[in-house]
Amino acid sequence: MTATETAPGTLRRAAAAFGFRHDHRPLLAVALVAALVAAPVAALFAIAAGAEDNIWPHVVGVVLPNALLDTAGLLVGVGLLVILAGVPTAWLVATCRFPGQAVFDWALLLPLAMPTYIVAYCYVDLLDSFGPVQGALRHVFGFTSRRDYWFPEIRSLYGAVFVMGMVLYPYVYLCARAVFLMQSAAVFDVARTLGASRWAVFLRVAVPLARPAVAVGVALALMETLNDIGASEYLGVRSLSVAVYATWVNRGSLAGAAQIACVMLVVVLAVVLLERFGRRHQRYVGSAHRWGEANPVQLTGLRACGAVLACLLPLALGFLIPAGFLLREAVALIASNGIGAEFLVLIRHSVTLAGSAAAIACVLGFLLAHAEQHARGPAFSAIVRLTGLGYALPGTVLAIGAMVALVALDNAIDAAMRTVFGIPTGLLIMGSGGAVIYAYVVRFLAVAVGTMETGFHKISPHLEMAARTLGQSRIGALVAVELPLMRPAVATAALLVFVDAMKELPATLLLRPFDFETLSTSVYGYAARGSFEQGAVAALAIVVAGFLPVLWLARTSRIPLPEQLGAPDAAIKAQSPAMNPTQSAAKLRRLGGLL
Amino acid sequence: MVCRPILARVFCAVGLATFAAAATPAHADEVNLYTYREPGLIKPALDAFTKNTGIRVNTLFAADGLAERIRAEGSNSPADLLIAVDIGRLQQAIDLGVTQPVKSDVLEKAVPAQFRDPQGQWYALTLRSRIIYAAKDRVADQALTYESLADPKWRGKICIRSGQHPYNTSLIAAYLAKHGEGKTEEWLKGIKANLARRPSGGDREGARDILAAVCDLAVGNSYYVGLMRNAKEEEQRKWGAAIKTINPTFDGGGTHVNISGVVMAKNAPNRAGAARLMEFLISDSAQHIFSDLNYEYPVVAEAPVADSVKSFGALRPDTLPLTDVGKNRKAASMLVDKVGFDN
Repeated sequence: MTATETAPGTLRRAAAAFGFRHDHRPLLAVALVAALVAAPVAALFAIAAGAEDNIWPHVVGVVLPNALLDTAGLLVGVGLLVILAGVPTAWLVATCRFPGQAVFDWALLLPLAMPTYIVAYCYVDLLDSFGPVQGALRHVFGFTSRRDYWFPEIRSLYGAVFVMGMVLYPYVYLCARAVFLMQSAAVFDVARTLGASRWAVFLRVAVPLARPAVAVGVALALMETLNDIGASEYLGVRSLSVAVYATWVNRGSLAGAAQIACVMLVVVLAVVLLERFGRRHQRYVGSAHRWGEANPVQLTGLRACGAVLACLLPLALGFLIPAGFLLREAVALIASNGIGAEFLVLIRHSVTLAGSAAAIACVLGFLLAHAEQHARGPAFSAIVRLTGLGYALPGTVLAIGAMVALVALDNAIDAAMRTVFGIPTGLLIMGSGGAVIYAYVVRFLAVAVGTMETGFHKISPHLEMAARTLGQSRIGALVAVELPLMRPAVATAALLVFVDAMKELPATLLLRPFDFETLSTSVYGYAARGSFEQGAVAALAIVVAGFLPVLWLARTSRIPLPEQLGAPDAAIKAQSPAMNPTQSAAKLRRLGGLL
Repeated sequence: MVCRPILARVFCAVGLATFAAAATPAHADEVNLYTYREPGLIKPALDAFTKNTGIRVNTLFAADGLAERIRAEGSNSPADLLIAVDIGRLQQAIDLGVTQPVKSDVLEKAVPAQFRDPQGQWYALTLRSRIIYAAKDRVADQALTYESLADPKWRGKICIRSGQHPYNTSLIAAYLAKHGEGKTEEWLKGIKANLARRPSGGDREGARDILAAVCDLAVGNSYYVGLMRNAKEEEQRKWGAAIKTINPTFDGGGTHVNISGVVMAKNAPNRAGAARLMEFLISDSAQHIFSDLNYEYPVVAEAPVADSVKSFGALRPDTLPLTDVGKNRKAASMLVDKVGFDN
């Protein structure tokens, strides 16, 4: 114990001690994690540096004007759509009571389980000129040809915005909902007593307070939009990622592709930093005291109908309709073929890989976010930001980077083993599923870190300071105070990474061992043969596998309702960041007792 | 602490998976195949090979990056063979330096010179032609040239997938090799002006859009016709039934064909087994499997052609060497961007 901590100092001095200024071990640990995670990106920069011919005149002169336009349109459209679909639904579900509210609470997350390109396939089948929707239109109005009437074209920029917006809004919903639930009701009550209407409270108090969380959600959704190739290409959108792909595959210039990808990365980084810079003076700390529980507003009549419709619409478009389509195909397939034992193998592979990645990403994400939270040094922030880079890159390009980094490590291990023991090990990591897990962690760590940061922002630093003044070690305080409080954030992060990893395709394809199929590679295999309907069973399994954790998450991250607070369920109480004053006091007394 | 018990289990699982399933050294009775081709399409042929020889074939399928993977793996690479569709992919592997030439009398005798590398770096396994699907009820023409796709009489009547898709890039590269850059650019602009919709979807969507009367002509690969007409899904059979196939030719030339082909990896651990597999894949029985199940043309002239493939009409492949197509792909891809074909 250092002198600073034992001295009867103020909380401020204690906080200074918590900053890792005099202890470089955490910085080293974080740097090590960051290095592991940033290795593929570094490899990519190395590839980019090795370019033989200059692709830029062509890219700037011919490709960029259009690619930028399409990409900007896509990002703006998806950004607006995910906010419009995510924030109001989160507000309704968190602060109002209406029929079906308890179901919407978790069901609104379900679109996350849908792989974007599968949804794109579904909607093209449904809305295309030969789909059931236009078929019905023709039947009803007696049109004979597609040329007789106007119908929005799904294979277009708007179609892509629609598909991605409806699949990705849960990122925003999830983050906004967590904030609305954790927000002290007092803030809203004060606004109401000062004469604000419910709408005004929502628009002028709740939404601004939720901004950091919504920003995280939107950033995640937009990065997924940016790195998408499958759905964009299928829907005929020429985004930057598609340009990267064409540069590599058609013009044989991996280095050129890496260069474009690196520039994209820098731009993404700049935007993220800009957003942070924009709210640099704002700090949003949830009060340790929650003066009174939020009173959910009971909606009735037309308002209840409106709320139900507002929640049902995104749920239907993002999940029910495409999942229903898959279900119809899957039922037909199972009826004719049954389900083979190999299908269970697919599930086992997918769940093992995604589960491992989720666990590792959670642990690393927690450590990184914790370190960033407690050390206010710019070095930390910069390093933590670095770990999120993988998320912004197109999956295929990142997979190449991860592969180059991993194989280098593999070859080094092999060389060392040969020299020292005379045993060739071959490619240990590439030959096992380890490479895939590594790629998942690299790719999705940003999701975990982002979610954890939001969680930490909602925990008053005073709680940890108090624990430390009461004699807890840093680790002790972490385990006894912060980890329980962070449980909803940890669960959210685990879920997001798990579901994302279940869906991940390019890295899984490229880095897997021989004869190793997962649900997503199996779906892709059918799609590659041009009959994605036959992959419906596996696609549906991805959805179901995502569905179960959503249910679990809904239970874990739910803040107890007032009536539950009296129940002797310590677990529920402990996970609630919004403990009432008596509980907080009791908790601190218990901590004091540990002295 | 949600993570703790799960974590413990997961770490065990990861550790076990990493070391239990670690890369196994090459066995004489195994061939490791990297493939850009969906394995379902070649599995029947591979199974037949295993049945005949007792040599097991391990496959790794990925849409991209396999040649890069072989290069990164270096001398430790387990890859014996790499199979790809599209000459561009084979050329790329050769350019990356991850292949080695194969000398085989069997291969050289069976595969026509046009469809193999003079040095034996690559061999074609099957052929597919890039043809025109035409609306049965709306198009009277029985023969068309690639050049005529730019004819204004087709204004608003043509469907095609992205110009950056390898199948189209190779077709454009062949056009470029024959006509030069200026004429190719004009041709692309002409087709662009004739498009009924922005280039998107796959080749089958062309047939689907013909059925829906969105367009009258669509450019697509030959085997999709067989796949659609013999599909389990009734819908796809309808698309296949709505079209007739026209084998277009270049002015004064033949029909553009692309290939699926194979290269041997530079550090193949099992060269003998790999060579045996290559030879098996051009045997009559394997060639027939490709033709019968995938509706591709056999590369071996004497090999039996499935009836469904015969129904596409007689194929007269263009004589332009495929290596020339490969060389012009980059320029073709840049032209596609330049004329804004996909925009």
